[in-house]
Amino acid sequence: MQPEQQGIEVAVLVSVGRHPITGRARRADQDARGLELALGLERQLPGSRVSLLHAGPRGEESESALRGYLGMGLERLTLLEQAEGSDAIPALAEHLAAAAPQLVITGARAERGEGSGLLPYALAERLGWPLVNGLAAVESIENGVATLLQALPRGQRRRLKVRLPAIVSVDGATPVARQSAFGPARRAELVATSAPAEADRELAEWQLAPARKRPKRLKIIKAASARDRFKAAAAKAEGGGGQVLKGVSAEQGAEAILKLLNEEGVLR
Amino acid sequence: MLDTLLPILIFSALALAAIGAVRRVRLWRQGRPSAVPLLKGLAALPRRYLVDLHHVVERDKVMSNTHVATAGGFVAAAVLMILVHGLGLANPILGGLLLAASATMFVGSCFVARRRRNPPARLSKGPWMRLPKSLMAFSVGVFLITLPTVGILPADAGHWLLALVLSALVVWGLGELVFGMAWGGPMKHAFAGALHLAFHRRAERFGEGNRSTGLKALDLEDEAAPLGVEKPADFTWNQLLGFDACVQCGRCEAVCPAFAAGQPLNPKKLIQDMVVGLAGGSDAKYAGSPHPSQGLGGKPVGEHFGAPHGPIVAPDPMTGGKALVDAETLWSCTTCRACVEECPMMIEHVDAIVDMRRHLTLERGQTPNKGAEVLDNLIATDNPGGFAPGSRLHWAADLDLPLIADLQQVDVLLWLGDGAFDMRNQRTLRALVKVLRAAEVDFAVLGNEERDSGDVARRLGDEATFQSLAKRNIATLSQYRFLRIVTCDPHSFHVLSNEYGELGGHYTVFHHSTFIAELYDAGRLAFAPWKGGKVTYHDPCYLGRYNGEYEAPRNVLKALGIEVKEMERSGFRSRCCGGGGGAPITDIPGERRIPDMRMNDVKESGAELVAVGCPQCTAMLEGVVDASAEVRDIAELVADALVMRPAGGAVDATRRPAGKTTAEEVI
Repeated sequence: MQPEQQGIEVAVLVSVGRHPITGRARRADQDARGLELALGLERQLPGSRVSLLHAGPRGEESESALRGYLGMGLERLTLLEQAEGSDAIPALAEHLAAAAPQLVITGARAERGEGSGLLPYALAERLGWPLVNGLAAVESIENGVATLLQALPRGQRRRLKVRLPAIVSVDGATPVARQSAFGPARRAELVATSAPAEADRELAEWQLAPARKRPKRLKIIKAASARDRFKAAAAKAEGGGGQVLKGVSAEQGAEAILKLLNEEGVLR
Repeated sequence: MLDTLLPILIFSALALAAIGAVRRVRLWRQGRPSAVPLLKGLAALPRRYLVDLHHVVERDKVMSNTHVATAGGFVAAAVLMILVHGLGLANPILGGLLLAASATMFVGSCFVARRRRNPPARLSKGPWMRLPKSLMAFSVGVFLITLPTVGILPADAGHWLLALVLSALVVWGLGELVFGMAWGGPMKHAFAGALHLAFHRRAERFGEGNRSTGLKALDLEDEAAPLGVEKPADFTWNQLLGFDACVQCGRCEAVCPAFAAGQPLNPKKLIQDMVVGLAGGSDAKYAGSPHPSQGLGGKPVGEHFGAPHGPIVAPDPMTGGKALVDAETLWSCTTCRACVEECPMMIEHVDAIVDMRRHLTLERGQTPNKGAEVLDNLIATDNPGGFAPGSRLHWAADLDLPLIADLQQVDVLLWLGDGAFDMRNQRTLRALVKVLRAAEVDFAVLGNEERDSGDVARRLGDEATFQSLAKRNIATLSQYRFLRIVTCDPHSFHVLSNEYGELGGHYTVFHHSTFIAELYDAGRLAFAPWKGGKVTYHDPCYLGRYNGEYEAPRNVLKALGIEVKEMERSGFRSRCCGGGGGAPITDIPGERRIPDMRMNDVKESGAELVAVGCPQCTAMLEGVVDASAEVRDIAELVADALVMRPAGGAVDATRRPAGKTTAEEVI
């Protein structure tokens, strides 16, 4: 017998993304994947409704980025308009508590701002809703319980049952977002409502600096058989070892580096 | 008896034709408005027909003469018949002329019949197979009934039965040629074709040496204007009229690279699909080659249907529904314009295809395969590969290229194109720089200020991204002063010179082969004699058919001492490499690859090297596995052959600034 499936209310939280090379505003990759997941649910569960929610200031650049989500086929986006540097969490929590969607989808972390990935957790804490991170798929939703597939490292999946309402966050495991089309994006409506602007005090204390690429440790694979080589290739790079030198002279530092390079076999 | 019957027959046929014509005109008028000067167009019609159209038809001499005899004979016979038999002006001179006209028409129709005996695959069958018989019926019928008029036969000659047979012949002929012309028979091409020539959307393409190849811009400011074509009624009325003019000769089908590769596009069928769309119904009556379908012998007819206000492409690709045309048909086109060049009815296939692609991309977000990724890259990084815009000059780190931002004013602005990111094309660019320096050209590059020209975005239907790139490029170019732009990319060449104008950017653009030919003629380059093997030349579509430059590359090769072994399809009939129109990005599968077929053409010419003048062609042709010929850009051949000019050979050696790098130091 076909289990009883009903349409649900899905809210997708979207942010203004940042292109990794040029830094231009765009639809954020993970948030767009979240919206793609929601649109898939809409197809899977007829009668579902997807709403888009963004908290932040309204500007030309951010508007064109937000319209990127609308170009995926939505008619409106609710914009909780806030001053620059405001904390989005109280505004979102208040709106979600009032709108009461059954499922909230967010990306795992934003592409600009702090990008700490804490927003879903902070929201879940405030609302008292369960949170599932690293979502891969929504398998079914029956009688207020969602069966979810969570992505674990190295391709593993874990099936979870979660009582709704819940918050789920997506990273790279969900399907890639569909193309954003110019026409629908241009026609769609940004419904702006003013939201409580609570200055983000913590952010104000932070020091922001351009990110630097972290050096990657080279893996030395000493494997006799093909199986060992495969295991080594599939294993995650492990850290450990190393030492921190503080207050040493340039000569001592150079010597320590030379010693390490010899040990690692980079120099011989 | 015939004296009373004939006027009735003639005038009732004309009246019915008039009713049909009104109905047909109303079908065309479903399209969107398009401003064309109606009276001026009609005045230009004879010249467009007798000169421009005939110029295309004449490429097939036998068919051209056949058409002249048949059509000329028919038009003359029809007019004279109205006078002689309709209005009863039984004048022996008019009658004699009528006899001559119908005899000429009969001779022509015999040739039409001969061609229909074993018709080539590109011709449509169905109602077209009866056309020669109808032509013969008309000409014979008219000839015989006119004999008494000139007094060769007595007026009461023959039995009443003979008169009845003759009237039947005339009725058949009038039915096909007059009534059928306005009611959708094969002769529709004459009626719609004449009006299409008069009200053509690209009036500027007519006239000796004229061409009009730039796509027309969408008005993005007007939010009510449709973004591309969703349904047949979204075409302009004269585009619809153009589709209706199709004579189904299949010349487009014969030259289409996608059709030859077994990709699901037959340009002739596509135009007939549009005719089905404008009239409403299914394509079941189509009697030509279908759109190819991998291994299935073609997509069956009768499964696709449309209406003037129904969607052309089924809205939901997931459910696999069918409408008038499948999306893959539209995405198979390489925009090579071979069909447009070959079409005797001057139909603009490429415009229509891009119009429909615009809807798919801008409204539905359904650009297939890598399309969406490429468009996203163009939006975010201004180049299709998603490379850092600041790395555009990395290939030239050791060349010390002058930047126009430093100089502000130069003779030549060298437009690099997106080939600057491609390692193969970087070799071409380095060669071109070497040549420019050897000829002491005062040039500079935009460097990191350059963006993609927007060519790919536009052919993929993303007019918004094209216009955004174009407007920013135009703004950048407006800051500097230069006499002309030189580029080794025919796609950039075409867009800069033919498509930026509508957005406010007017430039003199030269393809590098044109520029090199000019430098050689001015004595600023000297070459060592050619020692290599046989060479052929591949005409890039965007240089040749789009811009009419066939001579300069051949002149450069001649200057190098190379005798070009022409391929069977060269010049305006050159076969596409498969790299245009975003086709490598949308990558619609076929039974063969277009570049493989082209390299086969090269092999058949016996050449060991194929000279090209386009980064796309280079990439496509060099991607052919186990090719029999090498692929070299003209700039590379020139750079390899450079020798020091004989002293005093330089026309303007005085211009040379002291301490300028010589060619030998560059590479």
